Amino acid sequence: MVNPVRFLGAYVLRQVSSVGRLGMFFVYTIRGLIRPPGKFWPTLKQVEFIGTRSIAVIGFTAAFTGMVLALQGYHTLVKVGAEGWLGSAVGLSLVRELGPVLSALMVTGRAGSAMAAEIGIMRIEEQIDALECMAIDPFSYLATPRLIACIISLPLLTAFCDAVGILGGYAVGVGLLKVNGGAFWSGLTSSVDWADLSMGLYKSVCFSVLIALICIYKGYHAGVDEGAFGPEQVGRATTSAVVIASIAVLISDYVITSLML
Amino acid sequence: MSMENIIEISGLNSFYDSRQVLFDVTFPIPVSRVTVIMGVSGCGKTTLFRHLTGLKRTGRGQISVDGRDLGSFSEKMLMEYRRRIGVLFQSGALFNSLSLTDNIAMPLHVHTDLAEETVRIMTLMKLNMVGLAEFGDYMPSQISGGMKKRAGLARALIMDPEMLFVDEPSSGLDPITAAGLDRLILSLRETRGMTIVVVTHELESAFKIADRIVVMDDGRVMAAGSPEQIRNSADPRVHQFLNREADPYKMHMEAYYERLLGDQWRSQ
Repeated sequence: MVNPVRFLGAYVLRQVSSVGRLGMFFVYTIRGLIRPPGKFWPTLKQVEFIGTRSIAVIGFTAAFTGMVLALQGYHTLVKVGAEGWLGSAVGLSLVRELGPVLSALMVTGRAGSAMAAEIGIMRIEEQIDALECMAIDPFSYLATPRLIACIISLPLLTAFCDAVGILGGYAVGVGLLKVNGGAFWSGLTSSVDWADLSMGLYKSVCFSVLIALICIYKGYHAGVDEGAFGPEQVGRATTSAVVIASIAVLISDYVITSLML
Repeated sequence: MSMENIIEISGLNSFYDSRQVLFDVTFPIPVSRVTVIMGVSGCGKTTLFRHLTGLKRTGRGQISVDGRDLGSFSEKMLMEYRRRIGVLFQSGALFNSLSLTDNIAMPLHVHTDLAEETVRIMTLMKLNMVGLAEFGDYMPSQISGGMKKRAGLARALIMDPEMLFVDEPSSGLDPITAAGLDRLILSLRETRGMTIVVVTHELESAFKIADRIVVMDDGRVMAAGSPEQIRNSADPRVHQFLNREADPYKMHMEAYYERLLGDQWRSQ
């Protein structure tokens, strides 16, 4: 009887301390803004890695998502004779929900996993210890540029995702299913307003903070809880970074939507 | 020979969670001398190394640096302390995404406003010192383990530290490269009066470079003194270590049966 209680207690304590550590990690990462080394070039490098290199995968995902939305939407709307609303349906779905969420999940899978693995390897190879011994703040050097880069990149990628998705929907709706092009655009422009765009923007900023923090944190603490530093710990840190960040994106999506609607 | 001490370790106990790994460790580190901390694997020497470099906070006991307790240092004081030290890790701990030149120049870029040309010259001098002048543009993944260690040493020395901490300098190196590193450590003490702390289990290297040797066993200081004093130590465990004798085979039957049978053994 004692063992399960002890196990549960230890588990709860571990989780609570983990949340506390994540909070401190956030504070130290923000503090890194005012600490050396300089952030411009490292941030630019990370924007290239997180943003530019994600364009292709996000473009591809967005195009097919827009296309399938148009396909599904058309066959639903045509039953009630409302296929003229296709532009509105595609636009709202993408701008409010799918654009931010899909971009966030793609960035998590592509860049978040790489960040967790890279920093995890730095941890097990004593490179983070070496930074500390050189009196270089590891949060400022490793975490802050990646956080800033993520905050810059994800909203831009989301806007790109929205645009490509809408074009994909237009191609299928107007080009393939012969919906009236004018009706598609007027439905889109009359339904999607600034409130919808800003909702997508707020979401993408929140997601970017979550993705960067969770993935960097997981890599930074790879093996720390276990007291063992090997490739297995890096693999585990990378997997849990992607899983936790993806779940955090989906949960926060619901919370933000419920707050903003 | 009287020696002034730059660091004094007194009554240091260290824990990982509830497991104690250092027990009442006490010894001084004299200034401008090479102190070698020796011992078998798992004796606590790397933990001690982490305490000395400020990577692990001291709990019970003290590490006094210039009379002030390292454990009570504020973050700012710890940063200042770390700017006075250079650390060479066992693997070299070079940053994989940077060339050797960028690795070595990094502390200069972060802590100084030196002109790029000055940084380049200083980096080249350090690379030259460790015999890697032609490899500045190489990435860490393109060079051997020994070269990584030498590049790590160049990086540890780029800020001209007062104290140098070296973790296992000879492990995994061929005898010629290892001898080269030993010579480099000795020349740093002779030419710059640097205080050097080396953690190792390589006997030959230890006796070659040490002014003072601390032998650790099972988290405790077993013997400390000059290389001569250690060689002449009457302690049988020190003898065993110096003569590379294996531990006699011991079997604790009770513990063995408990491991094998678990609860069944206890209930009998």
